[in-house]
Amino acid sequence: MNVKLASQLVLPLLLLLLGGCSGVEPWVKPYQRAHLADPIMSFSRDPVSDSFHSHVYQVREGARGAEGGHGGGCGCN
Amino acid sequence: MGAAVGVTKHLNLSRSIGLSFAFLLSAPLALLLSTRPLDAGVLAEDRADALYHSYDGGGVEVTGPSILVRKGDNKNFSGTLNYYVDSISSASVDVITQGSPYSEQRTQWSGSVDYLHADTTMTAGYTYSNESDYQANTYDFSISQSMFGELTTVTLGYSRGFDDISSNVDASINESADHQNYHASLSQILTKNLLLSLNYDVITDEGFLRNPYRKVYVLDDFNDPNSLANFNTAEIYPNTRTSNAVSANFLYYLPYRAALKFGYRYYVDDWNITAHSVDLRYTHPLSNRWLVDVGARYYQQTHADFYADVFDRPDQQNFMARDKELSEFKDYTLGFGLTYSLLKKSYGFIDKATVNFRYDHVWFKYDDFSDVRAGGPPSQAPLYEFDADLMQLFASIWY
Repeated sequence: MNVKLASQLVLPLLLLLLGGCSGVEPWVKPYQRAHLADPIMSFSRDPVSDSFHSHVYQVREGARGAEGGHGGGCGCN
Repeated sequence: MGAAVGVTKHLNLSRSIGLSFAFLLSAPLALLLSTRPLDAGVLAEDRADALYHSYDGGGVEVTGPSILVRKGDNKNFSGTLNYYVDSISSASVDVITQGSPYSEQRTQWSGSVDYLHADTTMTAGYTYSNESDYQANTYDFSISQSMFGELTTVTLGYSRGFDDISSNVDASINESADHQNYHASLSQILTKNLLLSLNYDVITDEGFLRNPYRKVYVLDDFNDPNSLANFNTAEIYPNTRTSNAVSANFLYYLPYRAALKFGYRYYVDDWNITAHSVDLRYTHPLSNRWLVDVGARYYQQTHADFYADVFDRPDQQNFMARDKELSEFKDYTLGFGLTYSLLKKSYGFIDKATVNFRYDHVWFKYDDFSDVRAGGPPSQAPLYEFDADLMQLFASIWY
């Protein structure tokens, strides 16, 4: 049941994605990215501080990895 | 006395092992990712940060500086250099029950180089960490590709760490551990006000993963319900560990110029630890010069298969641990940050300068780790809990 459902959903999605690769138009144009370019819209505004923060948790918790939030994807610098 | 010293260093190494994992993650990936450009098509801004950090909780005090400098050629290359120190003074619950307080220092150097070509950024980095009984060398590499009109950035990364572990009380211990970290992330502009960051990490460890100083707590007589217990049996860990972590983070621009971040992470490993963490941050500029952050975080995990607060017998299982980081627990964080811009406009070669203060308070509550400092039968010991203060004071300049 799950396999059938997955195949029904995944295959069309894959085809859609593959087909879409050739002609994806940015739906948020560069001139619409003023808000995203604001320094407050950074996942890691101060790397030196965020590294320390992640480090504190990594030492005291069992989980590790995918701290995430770093990087962003704005393209508006 | 020997046992006391051993446990003293046990906690020392306890932190070391923690730091080594942190090393694998926080040094390569945090430095590699958090200092990377916002997208693969632009190098990060040149900046320098000088930070003083302080942690005080559960009888452990850790302080030290962190200096991070980034400089590029304004074309294709940008490099970072980071110097980080943890000065540790510990009288934690494990040290009190198994040894005596100690002080130690860990020093870490790391550097990385970014190379930008068209919409692709490649980063290579190296980190070295040193303390009296633990040395770690970590190499990392990542590649980021910006696509679809810079709506999307895909990053793939790999790091490899080689650790050497020794003991300050047992010269026969001269072990090693290797770590590998495979990373994939996707950053996506969803709308003109909303960003998404997805992250996935697979981490594998192999080698000496236990703590050579830590002991498990074993009943003197498991037939006696009021039996006392002892710390005479060393921990035994598996030689391998594989973990998977996935996270989703959203960042939303509010109409009155403020930002709201929401993040969730799911974690699972083959020691059977499952963890969830959720964090929320709100950023609000008060004027052109002041910026305020407030944040909250919640974390919970299940215990490892081979963890127990108290074991019935010294040979009860093939693997045995009493590390509270492998127990079942929760922690809660509340914090705030203040940023003040020193310059209204650029001054000489300095484009921008800020001073920053950040404070966080964390509550740890353990579900199956007892506070045995008072002695007596383990069955009567209360569950352990403690809270910690985190402070950071740092200055940043952009040039």
